[in-house]
Amino acid sequence: MAKENPADRRYSREHEWAKDNGDGTITTGITDYAQEMLTDIVYVELPALGKKVRQGETIAVVESVKSVSDVYSPVSGEVIDVNGVLENKPELINQDAFGEGWIAKVRMDDPGELKNLLDAAAYTSFLQEIGH
Amino acid sequence: MQRTPLYDRHLKLGARMIDFGGWEMPVQYTTVIDEHRATREAAGLFDTCHMGEIDVTGPGSYAFLQRVLSRDLAGMTDGRMRLSLLTDHRGGIIDDLTVYRLGDDRYRLVTNAVTKDKDLIWLRRVVQQEGFSGVEIMDVTDRTGKLDLQGPRSAEILQSLVADSLSGLKFYDFIETEILGLGAVVSRSGYTGEDGFEVYVPAEAVGKVWDKILEAGTPLGLKPAGLGARDTLRLEAGMMLYGNEMNESVTPFEVVYGWATDLKKDFIGSEALRKQKGQGIRRKLTGFELTGRGIARHGYAVFKNGRAIGEVTSGTFSPTLQKAIGMAFVPVEHSEPGTQVDIRIRDNRAEARVVPLPFYKRKIV
Repeated sequence: MAKENPADRRYSREHEWAKDNGDGTITTGITDYAQEMLTDIVYVELPALGKKVRQGETIAVVESVKSVSDVYSPVSGEVIDVNGVLENKPELINQDAFGEGWIAKVRMDDPGELKNLLDAAAYTSFLQEIGH
Repeated sequence: MQRTPLYDRHLKLGARMIDFGGWEMPVQYTTVIDEHRATREAAGLFDTCHMGEIDVTGPGSYAFLQRVLSRDLAGMTDGRMRLSLLTDHRGGIIDDLTVYRLGDDRYRLVTNAVTKDKDLIWLRRVVQQEGFSGVEIMDVTDRTGKLDLQGPRSAEILQSLVADSLSGLKFYDFIETEILGLGAVVSRSGYTGEDGFEVYVPAEAVGKVWDKILEAGTPLGLKPAGLGARDTLRLEAGMMLYGNEMNESVTPFEVVYGWATDLKKDFIGSEALRKQKGQGIRRKLTGFELTGRGIARHGYAVFKNGRAIGEVTSGTFSPTLQKAIGMAFVPVEHSEPGTQVDIRIRDNRAEARVVPLPFYKRKIV
């Protein structure tokens, strides 16, 4: 069973989370549901620092033994930090998707975009709707 | 979509199901790595009911099979099986299969799932066009249940259920025996690079046999294993997959099947293959390991000095070796082990090195 979706952040329907750091930046990663679907994550392709992304564009790629999946940026902005530990320990995403398994930090172009995302309760019901 | 008799059991075990050539099959029950390790260290049980079984019988069966199979069946005794190819007139591979000699005029072909119907059409057409008589070709896939039990503890698990001793069975030997009082064929063979068995029982009994094997094996570390682990296991063992490494535009010498091609006899395709052997091949299937970052996948382009030279046929993260490995077609001049190539992974070019196959060999105890 997937872990509870923390209420301190917002969610995309593509199963990314965005946590507002209160300084104009967000931390992002994939949800516990997503890591459960992917299983065994064996490779993470991180974005370059300074990369500009738009909301919904690919920011990273995660690979399991069998599959390759894009991770979409939950907001528009500039990548200011990446979780380099994932290069050698991609399994951190499986172990702690909402914490140690974070993927990148993005300085937001428009904090208003966060409103386009779901809160924890809405994301949880969305998962139920799609059958999980 | 077709389902095997074990479909409900897979769901109960929590398997994730995928479409594999029109069959709804388990890709994994827990995780690919977990099932892969269980198979290397103890044992894995695979539902292979989707594979094709074609019985070729009758007084003309030997002559017919000598004509359609690339492998010479001369000297083959009852209770032996061989890997062989079905090739077309150009030497292209229609299928790679195993042939079991059950008796003087009784053979069984065990085919890939996706190629079975095509094989049947081909075999029947050859009988007709070349006027073979005394050959009966029967598709027994639906009434045959097949399980692959693979891994170092397979013999000990299976022995408790089989009427005859398995200890005398060498690699590619088989016996006709009984399991749970029902007629069964058990061969020492498989598709993982481990010791193991392919078990054939009547389709209606395969569920019960599956349950009994799991019951006997679980305390020894056996796990049910899906197509995900089957693919990583075979790739580590340097075994090819029809549809990835082979199709009708690929010949045995371009892949690692020269040894299964007996050009001393005449068979459909032998003339073209002799010619190819004389002239030499241009592309060759090779193993590679990634030295750069990333995982190369099926269809990714291979480069040498900035020029596209080939394509990845299969690629994965190897759970045993803990690195990215794969197979690719490259021009013969770039197929020597040690050759440096690049593989395009999305926007990047990752460095890779040609290595000999297989990637993994089990320790012989």
